[in-house]
Amino acid sequence: MTQYHDTKGRKSARMTRRSALKFGAAGLAAGSVLGMPSILRAQDVVKIGHLTPKTGFLGVLGEYATLGIQLAVEQINSAGGVNGKTFELLSEDSINPDTATTKAQRMIERDNVDFLIGEISSASALAISQVAARNKKLFIAVGPRSDVLRGKSCSEYMFCCDIPNTVMVNAVGGALKRNGMVDGKKFMTLTADYVFGHDLLKAAKAFFDANNATLVTDELVATDVTDFSPFLLKVRQTQPDVVCLNLAGNQVTNFVKQYAEFGLPYPTVGFNLNTADAWAAGVGNLSGTWPTPWYDTLQTDGSQAYVAAFKEANGKLPENHSWISYVAMNIMAKSIGETQSTGTPDLIQYLESGAKFDLLKNREGYFRKGDHQLIQEAFAFSVDGSASNEHDMIVLGQPVPDPDQELESIFPTVEAGGCTL
Amino acid sequence: MQIVFLLEQVVNGLVLGGYYLLIALGLSLIFSVGGIVNLSHGAFYTLGAYVSVTLGKYLGFTAAAAISPFLVGLLGILFERFILRRFYREDPILSLLVTFGLAMVAEQAIRMIWGAAPLPASMPGALRGPVMVGEFLFSKYRLLMLAIVVVILAGIWMLLNKTSFGRVVRAGIQQPDMVAALGIRLQPYMTTVIVLGVGLAALGGALFAPITIVHPAMGAEILTVAFVIVIIGGLGSFWGVILSALLVGVVRGVTIHFYPPAGTASIYVLMFLVLMFRPRGLLGERIEKFE
Repeated sequence: MTQYHDTKGRKSARMTRRSALKFGAAGLAAGSVLGMPSILRAQDVVKIGHLTPKTGFLGVLGEYATLGIQLAVEQINSAGGVNGKTFELLSEDSINPDTATTKAQRMIERDNVDFLIGEISSASALAISQVAARNKKLFIAVGPRSDVLRGKSCSEYMFCCDIPNTVMVNAVGGALKRNGMVDGKKFMTLTADYVFGHDLLKAAKAFFDANNATLVTDELVATDVTDFSPFLLKVRQTQPDVVCLNLAGNQVTNFVKQYAEFGLPYPTVGFNLNTADAWAAGVGNLSGTWPTPWYDTLQTDGSQAYVAAFKEANGKLPENHSWISYVAMNIMAKSIGETQSTGTPDLIQYLESGAKFDLLKNREGYFRKGDHQLIQEAFAFSVDGSASNEHDMIVLGQPVPDPDQELESIFPTVEAGGCTL
Repeated sequence: MQIVFLLEQVVNGLVLGGYYLLIALGLSLIFSVGGIVNLSHGAFYTLGAYVSVTLGKYLGFTAAAAISPFLVGLLGILFERFILRRFYREDPILSLLVTFGLAMVAEQAIRMIWGAAPLPASMPGALRGPVMVGEFLFSKYRLLMLAIVVVILAGIWMLLNKTSFGRVVRAGIQQPDMVAALGIRLQPYMTTVIVLGVGLAALGGALFAPITIVHPAMGAEILTVAFVIVIIGGLGSFWGVILSALLVGVVRGVTIHFYPPAGTASIYVLMFLVLMFRPRGLLGERIEKFE
């Protein structure tokens, strides 16, 4: 580069044709040294776009989900990757559906990811599935539970891993019926005011109708509510037989803490609770019967090995969103290994084939072709009020369905869900 | 019976307003002495909760909740000395930006020290349960909190209005140059008031920990409500903040009674209406140095 002086005597840097050529040649040379191997390297890497809420009312769960998927990727890469390819995880915060849409699009267009994975919010998952469908990319919806994602809003490009709302209701419903808490009882529900809560309420209403229970009041609760005292007064005014929670994320923890604070006498049950939120409530605050897809006390070899590895990597116990994220990543690793491809059509064909996957539970799971739902066992847990710590207060029940029953028996049929793939 | 239910929500709203006050008053104090819009106030609230829960394992709930505000208040000295002091005479947008950055740094620091998962926190069994006053139901714990808030309010009012310390602070708010001309160094007074504001936020965190989820971003949730209260009441107004906190609590409670989904939105509608007719807030004062 040559320095020139302009008419006012100031120095300026202008490039001659020769220096431009030299610069260009140097750039090409540098490209051949640095750039080309990176292109070659890119072919040896499976790029994964991971989106999950890391802030907001689902942020706590998203942090666990991220730890779970990171552990899976680390283990896969430590074992030499899949088909000689290592996994590269691009993980970002999807705090709301708008952000999720923007980031999903950017991951596909700019980062050129091979597939999208993640989410906890059903609203954000719906948004991502639309981006995935437009771009013909696979989206593994790991944590969202709305029935509608496996029903009317199902997508050829989306596979849902977590247990849907209706199954959560059925899982805990059986335990409630055994305890005589359903037949002829008056229920009051509090419902998270977004797609997940509405969906869960619909499943709860179907359960009440089918089991001779009455829903006397439902209150919608905005997702940013932290003080529940006005709602607790409404519970007292309603005087139900049972208070039933269709809340999500931090809402559940805040509610159960404040419910214990007010000391209301009506028993509480819930159709959705993540174990991180249960632990956060603290000893003495949580009571009742709740559903869960998994807990770390589940005594299978795979589950205990995962718990040990997670604890070693992160210094704490995993919860259900870290578990399902870990499992989902391993499902994808197996799929890529079996198909020897990261192509969307190949992966969809494999996932639809009924291939069995180790979910670290008693029985293997598989995706149902009709609605892309991962079919698996579910659990109900009860709370031991005399436990000395948060972990031990959760007592995992037996899996549902029973070992001699078909796994699909606790899931709504594809026709009932309304999915038409 | 319907009117009793409604009155119960009104009374509960007043109690709720009382506990919002702990956070909002500190925010208002810090603004009034230094013209600082302290977006990191929520971080001190979070720290108060975390320190209290951590100490609570060894010292018990009561001692931990009492000590936590003092420890976090010590951090307030550093906060004032090394950060806020540079911005008293600067454009408020600069302090707003720096405290916003500090809030993010603090949240991530809490995440690094205590982890991203929420901390379990419970209150002693003796503080749990309801108290019936006539037809009205109260939480025993919230009544205790309300009593603490009333004592603190009375103490702060006495400090600002009945002591020589308060006279200097009030004069410093209105005419800092005149106070300096009289040979009074304002700096220690400002430090004390900011430590007081930070300590109030930490006390709020310590007292809220047993009834709300304790996680790194909890400060951001409460800060929005605190700002709404301070703006409705009038920036820097002691009585304005009290009136506003009670009003916000009642409006929210009554809205939830009639139409729960609009509970949160109602406080923003209230703010909008107040600012339409009183842009300085209900009892906002004219402070010359901010004109």
